[in-house]
Amino acid sequence: MKTIGNSLWLALPVAAAALAFGVAAAPLPPAPSAHPPASPPPANASRGAEVYEAKCGACHSLDANRIGPKHRGVFGRKAGSVPDFHYTPELKKSGIVWTAQNLDKWLQGPVKMVPGTAMGFQLRDAQERADVIAYLKQQSGK
Amino acid sequence: MIEDMKSRRSLLIGSATTLSVAGLGVVLGSAALPTAARAATGNAAQDIQLLNAALGLEHEGIAAYQLGAESKLLKPEVLKVAVTFQSHHKQHRDDLIAAINKLGGKPVVAKSEADYAKELNASSLKSQADVLHLALKLEKGATNAYLGVIPSLGNPDLYLFAARVASDESFHAAFLGSALGEPIPEKAPMFG
Ligand code: HEC
Repeated sequence: MKTIGNSLWLALPVAAAALAFGVAAAPLPPAPSAHPPASPPPANASRGAEVYEAKCGACHSLDANRIGPKHRGVFGRKAGSVPDFHYTPELKKSGIVWTAQNLDKWLQGPVKMVPGTAMGFQLRDAQERADVIAYLKQQSGK
Repeated sequence: MIEDMKSRRSLLIGSATTLSVAGLGVVLGSAALPTAARAATGNAAQDIQLLNAALGLEHEGIAAYQLGAESKLLKPEVLKVAVTFQSHHKQHRDDLIAAINKLGGKPVVAKSEADYAKELNASSLKSQADVLHLALKLEKGATNAYLGVIPSLGNPDLYLFAARVASDESFHAAFLGSALGEPIPEKAPMFG
């Protein structure tokens, strides 16, 4: 008991200091606002290229239809519009345009955004999403 | 093919969602079913779509090893490993086909080898290392793909199935990385 008590007392100030440091070192968060959604973390397209190969590369390529459609030019394009890829009707008629915001939503939960889609892969890390979206944008010449 | 599947959706929703869990257990192997009493949940039609994407991935993996094996670039001992890894992917394919059939779906069929050669840019493979790098890339990607699909699956019995296949793919990736002399990743977790 005694040791536990002691180590707790020792640990607490350390944790508090770390917290204070963390808060001081972090950039100021934007003023809270209900309307414009929180801006995604700063994106980096070259990190995004690595994310793309590791996380999307089993199903997608930039210039070939594989399990999923080819991706060059996808940024700003209408969903389901690669002519020679066999999409699900759900995605094809979704009316989605692949803006950064829509891509972010899609990668968080494609099945939630477009029920019936054949893509189930979720990219849960916000930084990885921002990076891979920056990469897709770059590779789309946007 | 996907359209055919869709037109059967009303049928699926009527019957396949109540598919016996025991039946699925037979398909996926007994280890996939820790509790026989678990209720079948989720949307079978949605799961069929996701399993079919995974099946497409396995078809492509089988073709990639086939292209590697036929390339004459692999030394005999490496060829043996490639054929063994391909047989694992054939097992995954067969398990996926069985699961899709059980849910009342229509499994996607493989494309032609020529199509796979084109989409995988097989003409760029000039050495054994090129073949192994392609295999490594696909295996790493497949590990991540299976892990990333798990939260979208409706039927809990499929979670374990996908995790088991992901583990096989990560075993392949580890072996290929080691054969290529790649450094061990410093940070964990390595996938997902
Ligand atoms: C397991 C395979 C798989 C993985 C992994 C995967 N996707 Fe997909 N993706 C698909 C399939 C299949 C479709 C087509 C879906 C449909 O028709 O409903 C698709 C469609 C898309 C689309 C819509 C494209 C269009 O032309 O409308 C985008 C964007 C996309 N994927 C991005 C990604 C990104 C980025 C990643 C990696 C972070 C990723 N996907 C990982 C299988 C996958």
